[in-house]
Amino acid sequence: MKFVSLLRFATLLAVSPALHAAEPIKIGEIASLTGKEAAFGQSSHKGTVLAVEQLNAVGGVLGRPFELLSEDNQSKSGESATVARKLLSREKVVALLGEVASSRSLEMAPIAQRAKIPMISPSSTNPKVTEVGDYIFRVCFIDPFQGTVMAKFAKETLKARRVAVLTSVSSAYSVGLAKYFKERFLADGGEIALEQKFAEGDKDFKAQLTAVRAAGVDAIFVPGYYTEAALISRQARELGLALPLFGGDGWEAPQLIEIGGKAVEGTYYSTHYSPEDTAHAVQAFVAAFRARWNGETPDAMAALGYDSACVLADAIKRAGGTEGPALRDALAATKGFAGVTGTTNMDPARNASKSAVIVTIKDGQFKFVQSVAP
Amino acid sequence: MLTEFLQQLVNGLSLGAIYALIALGYTMVYGVLRFINFAHSDVFMVGAFAGLYLAPLAPAGSILGGLVVVGGAMLASALLGVAIERLAYRPLRQAPTLNVLITAIGVSCLLQSAGQLVFGAAPRSFPVIFPARALSVGGLDFSSNQVVVLVFAAILVIGLRLIVFHTRMGAALRAVSQNPRAARLMGIDNDVVIRFTFALGSALAGAGGVLYAVNYPTIDPLMGVLPGLKAFVAAILGGIGSIPGAALGGLLLGLVETFVGGSQYSTYKDAIAFALLILFLLFRPAGLLGKARIEKV
Repeated sequence: MKFVSLLRFATLLAVSPALHAAEPIKIGEIASLTGKEAAFGQSSHKGTVLAVEQLNAVGGVLGRPFELLSEDNQSKSGESATVARKLLSREKVVALLGEVASSRSLEMAPIAQRAKIPMISPSSTNPKVTEVGDYIFRVCFIDPFQGTVMAKFAKETLKARRVAVLTSVSSAYSVGLAKYFKERFLADGGEIALEQKFAEGDKDFKAQLTAVRAAGVDAIFVPGYYTEAALISRQARELGLALPLFGGDGWEAPQLIEIGGKAVEGTYYSTHYSPEDTAHAVQAFVAAFRARWNGETPDAMAALGYDSACVLADAIKRAGGTEGPALRDALAATKGFAGVTGTTNMDPARNASKSAVIVTIKDGQFKFVQSVAP
Repeated sequence: MLTEFLQQLVNGLSLGAIYALIALGYTMVYGVLRFINFAHSDVFMVGAFAGLYLAPLAPAGSILGGLVVVGGAMLASALLGVAIERLAYRPLRQAPTLNVLITAIGVSCLLQSAGQLVFGAAPRSFPVIFPARALSVGGLDFSSNQVVVLVFAAILVIGLRLIVFHTRMGAALRAVSQNPRAARLMGIDNDVVIRFTFALGSALAGAGGVLYAVNYPTIDPLMGVLPGLKAFVAAILGGIGSIPGAALGGLLLGLVETFVGGSQYSTYKDAIAFALLILFLLFRPAGLLGKARIEKV
């Protein structure tokens, strides 16, 4: 006992000058590091870690380093709210970063709002997320824009007239994106021949796809996540459906190709950025990310995870402190912030308006197709 | 219209065949021990992972390689089933059924959590083990893997029937199921029979796990939960304790799920399947092929 307290005293002595000079700024991060959408959480987390390390390497902000506290929600519903409460009440973080999936962002948003602690979602695209309150922000575009982009793409590039939509009923992201896609596609004179539903955890989609086959469509829109998209593509090919499948940014993960194999060749999805972009900021980020994470190429979730931390650091600098209301005002005033995923301007609804990128899969590789400005 | 109907029939049968394989394990254990082995769906998961680790050792994409992987997974699952019985259920042989039931749920949680620790919680992609071809017959499209599932399920169900009705062990198994005390008086070692039941049922779950992974090639430690629940329902639907009933219940559930899933009511796929089950049981409480039995209280 005596020995322990002595030791503690010694440690205190050793670190106290540093502590005195710069108390770290605690940021909470919530991500799906394991489970069904682990690829999202891992990418986003790696981007955020890289941003924090780079910021700390130049001395942090306001002379204080950042301390990133990351929590895993195991891709489970309910878990994000629990860890958000823990980060806010026990760790007293000044801001929350997360989540990728809209359903899970919607879980943690009311908690951040009530505590008056700003929350930045790196890549939840469902509009409802920031509607929770004035402390909730995001650094990505929203689904009405993404739905429009894909509706235009289906009509103009895929030349599709009749489209089938396969929606996951248990995901806020999927339901929202399907709705905005349909609205725009119908307004443009297209036809939704059929709409089929599935639920989270389903692995058999042949029933729905057989109905799609009987309906005779030109393309299938799958606003879901990558595991489902890959299985749906495989089963569509097994049923002899050779038509194009396309989706949104939920498809963005290396697992799409790993699970989907040849079946995902010639499919398309919209996302936030492409590592093939030749802009200097993007190439610098790609190089730094590869150096930090064993040569791995960052995807859109990594880029948005990186940008979310950088936007937060920028706001803390402008706010001159970490008090909730001041930080909120600074975040809301973000204008012309140049990040990896383009320029971030917070609109009055606390969403960023940015360009979308359309990607295809060719020879087992992600290939940039086109960029669509808002 | 007819093509669509036949295609859905093929889809439903291949899904139902997997439910049937899992349902057999539930029904066998119930027939002998009168309790639902909730850990069964996790033996199914372990079977799939055993297949994943065995796959690189066998020639990929060949029938022989596929048989080796399925056989290995069945063996691993059988061993696991026997171990579970020995460690968790045998000490409770004289205890009330409720205690055993709760233990079964505990074993299930243990296997799921251990699976997340050992295999990792992220979904893994399952390799190709049988030769994969897309087949097309008269407007019906299916993969060779669906055929493999149906053939396997048929062989295993027939094999099971042969074991139960045409071997000494099978006769002992039926004797224990009818009256454990009388069976013991006739010189049957009940523990051996029960161990055999667990080995057989778990081997079927292991085969089901690999065949499921072949058709839906992502596996994770929680993959058994949903198919396990459905197979449990299938076993009840068919009449719990009845082997042909479990097979029939599995096929029926697969078909209902597929036909509802392909209709405009796909949102309510599971809801409708389970509502049908409730309706059915209202009119036939013992299930399709089960015998109504008066329980002494």
